[in-house]
Amino acid sequence: MLIRKRNPSDPKPSEITDRKSFHERRRFLQMSSVAAGAMLVPGWLVSEKAHAATKFQDVKPGPFGTDEKLTPYKDVTTYNNFYEFGTSKSDPSRYAGSLKTQPWSVVVEGEVAKPGRYQLEDLLKGRGLQDRIYRHRCVEAWSMVIPWVGFSLADLLKRFEPTSKAKYVEFTTLYNPKQMPGQRRAVLPWPYVEALRIDEAMNPLAILAVGLYGETLPNQNGAPLRLVVPWKYGFKSIKSIVKIRLTEQQPRTTWDAAAPNEYGFYANVNPHVDHPRWSQASERRIGSGSIFAPRIKTRMFNGYEKEVAQLYAGMDLRKNF
Amino acid sequence: MGRVDKLMTLRTLKISVFVLCLVPLSILLWDIYTANLGANPVEALLHRTGSWTLRFLVIVLAVTPIKRVSGWTWPLRLRRMLGLFAFFYACLHFLVYTLLDLQLDWSHVGADIVKRPYITVGFTALVLLLPLAVTSTNKMMRRLGRRWKKLHRLVYLIAVLGVVHFYWLVKADVREPLIYAGIVSALLGFRLLHYLRGRAPAPRLATNKSLPTDGG
Ligand code: HEM
Repeated sequence: MLIRKRNPSDPKPSEITDRKSFHERRRFLQMSSVAAGAMLVPGWLVSEKAHAATKFQDVKPGPFGTDEKLTPYKDVTTYNNFYEFGTSKSDPSRYAGSLKTQPWSVVVEGEVAKPGRYQLEDLLKGRGLQDRIYRHRCVEAWSMVIPWVGFSLADLLKRFEPTSKAKYVEFTTLYNPKQMPGQRRAVLPWPYVEALRIDEAMNPLAILAVGLYGETLPNQNGAPLRLVVPWKYGFKSIKSIVKIRLTEQQPRTTWDAAAPNEYGFYANVNPHVDHPRWSQASERRIGSGSIFAPRIKTRMFNGYEKEVAQLYAGMDLRKNF
Repeated sequence: MGRVDKLMTLRTLKISVFVLCLVPLSILLWDIYTANLGANPVEALLHRTGSWTLRFLVIVLAVTPIKRVSGWTWPLRLRRMLGLFAFFYACLHFLVYTLLDLQLDWSHVGADIVKRPYITVGFTALVLLLPLAVTSTNKMMRRLGRRWKKLHRLVYLIAVLGVVHFYWLVKADVREPLIYAGIVSALLGFRLLHYLRGRAPAPRLATNKSLPTDGG
């Protein structure tokens, strides 16, 4: 019953979803789901516990669209891995209300000509927000299709003028056990750290997101500022970023430190390299609502092979998993 | 209370517990019917059936300690039924996995059983439950005699495998499997202690409540 113009396994990277049709489509989804008697009223209408999301003005359509059915807002915002608020999928949407996202600043340091502490508003000034509809593939073999609102990571990094020694970009999540109750237990070595090679960070696919479905990010999705690198497993797309550091040495990332034989630095989506404990060949797409929905095949680099494969030319992706 | 009354109460008890054991299944079916299983319904079903399998195994293991501590004998009358429910939920769990998750892709099922230690262990537990379920009738009990008890001690191993399965499948938060590990260790430890006391005469004296412990 949902709009699907083309074969879902055949996304068109150049497809542009303009804001108007995006919202029309969303309205249609709402209406059709109400008609179907499903309880798919968007989350922000029913649960305003945490905070009311604000609609962004002036979001331009971005590149790399897909025609795949969007994962319903409710699922995107209630099924989350964000261990800072608890390890169950429903914990973040329940407990992330305690996170204060205003005021928010980001420290920029390391191999840059212009280090400093930047206010979020300052970082966003003149950035030009875009809609980016991306597939999101979790290392746990489930996936979503999410309409992010964000801006190019490369554009932002250039503003800090990386030096010639800047080989990696490291991101750090807020550490504040009062606001992030999950940090009171040492399930992971806090604070959460993720990193990209500089050429990965400069790839046009990589964005920093500030919203989804045309509105500010709910806290459980990594408000107010998160990374989105859709060709990598979800845990690379670090949330609630407070620090960006450019380095010469490869940083130690959190999951890699916690279980190095299971999670590598690269964590590129790869159906041929299994997680030691489960297969990565297929995935379960969230949002079908049916218990009989089949798994779908996982694609190399999550279907973004054309955009990113050249970054890894000549590398053994089994070793560099 | 007369014998007939006693029989009646046992019957009532058995029926009540039977109905109670079907409550998790009913809630599950209701949640399927009302589409109330969250964003990932298959995962939710897998987790719920797995959890109930392990809970029933724990309940079964608790019967003997409860009897020894409280002196009640009625839990013994429920033990086989509870064990069969453990088997029942294990079958549902396996069914959710093969039918809903892997959609009868048997080569995938086979590869998982061989390649993924947590599945290997879970599958072993399920296979070991089979002979116990098959021999749970009165007739088989009579026929096997003393060997019946020996055979059904397999449930100790099955529970341990269940906990290992759970421990190996979680990503980072091992709290819940560790709680189960603690409970299963306590229930098995209780038996070990009892066994050791039964063999060594000195500690048996020492633990006799009517005598002061004198270390003798
Ligand atoms: C006596 C046998 C078994 C017991 C006690 C058991 C118990 C459990 C438990 C407690 C969980 C986790 C529930 C949770 O996270 O809340 C689980 C998950 C699971 N079990 Fe079992 N299980 C058994 C047999 C099996 C078998 C035979 C298979 C498949 C061949 C299997 C496959 C799975 C899978 C795939 C998961 C979910 C893993 C994930 O979330 O990624 N289990 N089981």
